[in-house]
Amino acid sequence: MSDLLAVVVDGIIYSSWLFIMAAGLTLIYGVMKILNIAHGSLYALGAYLSATLVGLWVAGGHAPYGSYAMLALSALLVGVVMGPLLERGLLRLMYGRDEVVLLLVTYAVFLILEDAIKLVWGVDSLYVAQPYDLPGNFTIGDLSYPVYNLVLIGTAVVAGLALAWALNRTHHGKMLLAVIHDSEVSRALGINVGRVYLVTFTIGTMLAAVGGAVTAPTLAVSAGMGVEVIVLSFAVVVIGGLGSLGGAALGALIVGLVRSAAVHYWPTVELFSVYSVMAMVLIARPKGLFTPPEARRI
Amino acid sequence: MKDRTLIVLAAASVVMAASIPLTPQWLVFLITLALAKGLVVLGLVLLMRTGLVSFGQGLYYCLGAYAAALVEQSFHVNDAALMLAAAVVAAAAVAAVLGFLLAAYRGIFFAMLSMALSMILFGLLVKSAALGSTDGFNIATHSLAGAKIEGSAGRVLLGVTIVSFAAAAAGLHRYLNSHLGRLSAAIRDNELRVEYLGASVRNVVHLNYVIAAALGGLGGGLTALAVGHIDPDMAYWTTSGEFVFVAVLSGTGNVLAPFAGSALYEAIRTLANQYAPNVWQMTLGAAMLAIIMFAPDGLWSLFRRRARAS
Repeated sequence: MSDLLAVVVDGIIYSSWLFIMAAGLTLIYGVMKILNIAHGSLYALGAYLSATLVGLWVAGGHAPYGSYAMLALSALLVGVVMGPLLERGLLRLMYGRDEVVLLLVTYAVFLILEDAIKLVWGVDSLYVAQPYDLPGNFTIGDLSYPVYNLVLIGTAVVAGLALAWALNRTHHGKMLLAVIHDSEVSRALGINVGRVYLVTFTIGTMLAAVGGAVTAPTLAVSAGMGVEVIVLSFAVVVIGGLGSLGGAALGALIVGLVRSAAVHYWPTVELFSVYSVMAMVLIARPKGLFTPPEARRI
Repeated sequence: MKDRTLIVLAAASVVMAASIPLTPQWLVFLITLALAKGLVVLGLVLLMRTGLVSFGQGLYYCLGAYAAALVEQSFHVNDAALMLAAAVVAAAAVAAVLGFLLAAYRGIFFAMLSMALSMILFGLLVKSAALGSTDGFNIATHSLAGAKIEGSAGRVLLGVTIVSFAAAAAGLHRYLNSHLGRLSAAIRDNELRVEYLGASVRNVVHLNYVIAAALGGLGGGLTALAVGHIDPDMAYWTTSGEFVFVAVLSGTGNVLAPFAGSALYEAIRTLANQYAPNVWQMTLGAAMLAIIMFAPDGLWSLFRRRARAS
């Protein structure tokens, strides 16, 4: 019984992290039709920056709980700097090209960022466990978990709800949905599509950095940490249906639970299990579980 | 313009094969690797001509290498010809099955699905202790089609690689100019019209996918024999990314382009490893962006344009 509980709790914790990553990826794809391979590097960038800032904060002898503010600050910084830089400086020049060409462009960005991170931070791992250790543990049944995991789950829920609210209940969100549906008609109706793209990419970048920032305290921040993330979050997004926020949430939950079950009961198939689920979903529903209906254009 | 591809290919192969005895050992290894990877890229070129980019050719590259190695390990057959045959058959067989799933996808779905499939193989290999887990294992080659090749294995292997590449490139060139090959280009341009004209898009895509996989398997098998060691990294998605990079670099205009691109890539990599190992990926990324922006049809297209202008 406690085994099953552990699977569920671990699964939910893992799903929250996956969702934060996948939400940014699916948002950018939904609006801009760009599958951003550099998402993994932006995640690593968020992790590195937060590790540095938290390290400085703690070394400076400030209040320990302020380290959470440092996590948030680094995610914000990465989003606000890297988002506009990449969108205005590079992607803007590529709009109208084939989706696959844009995939290659983001792959090139990924390669550049991987080395840039190594040049700035070196190849040694960084450890910042303070935010993780600070709040202590809580128990479910006879299992003990760090309270920090609740922060992780909370971040995912807040991010998901905020995105859903912004998309469906605000003026700007509705304009964004219009751009998703048909960017040409939106432009004709007076929506500044270029600005929508800029804002979307910045928010997506910020989400990747948030994913990195909240993960940084839980592991050794090391070179190459962004590489696997992109493939995993892609699996999540594809299971849910590219471009669907609800789909990303469901996909994250499925992948999270499947993976934690595999880790507990049959560790050999850990990676395999995630992609088999993806393959099975795609065989049954080639476009994922939720796909926004697409208007046919002639 | 008269098509001189086959003549150039034959001439280049003969010159390269004739100069094998004079080539220094390190260069032998480098050219073998460039040609072996060029074979994988050749497969990618075929897919790109059909309008598909696979971010998962590493799957077949790795599969070919492991198939060749397993033939040696489990049956104690260390004949290069048999090992390569096993590599091609294994890759083609797996592709024939996976093709049923993948032939329905296009664009980034195809790219990312093929990537996920190669990550499945990576995940399996990393966890399988019997196959050396993340370290992989060593393999040895002692003969070629019955004849002993110990002592000069590197040079003999280069010969085999040159012949394989020439045969594959010539075959692919013929194929691209055949009925099915022309259909591939038509699929890239407008799939719906191809269907209206009565051809099966799915079958052509499936067939091209299997051919590309067989080439990938052959390239992987040759790499395994040349390096003498295999590990799961061959299926990691960054390996596949490397192939995509070379394909983009060389362009898909001609079957000779992958070899030129692959040789250039290996040369730059060898230099970069020596002088600037820290910015190697960055250089690749920047080069890729430059090519996408300024020469979207690859370096080959620049060469062609200049040739026509003069």
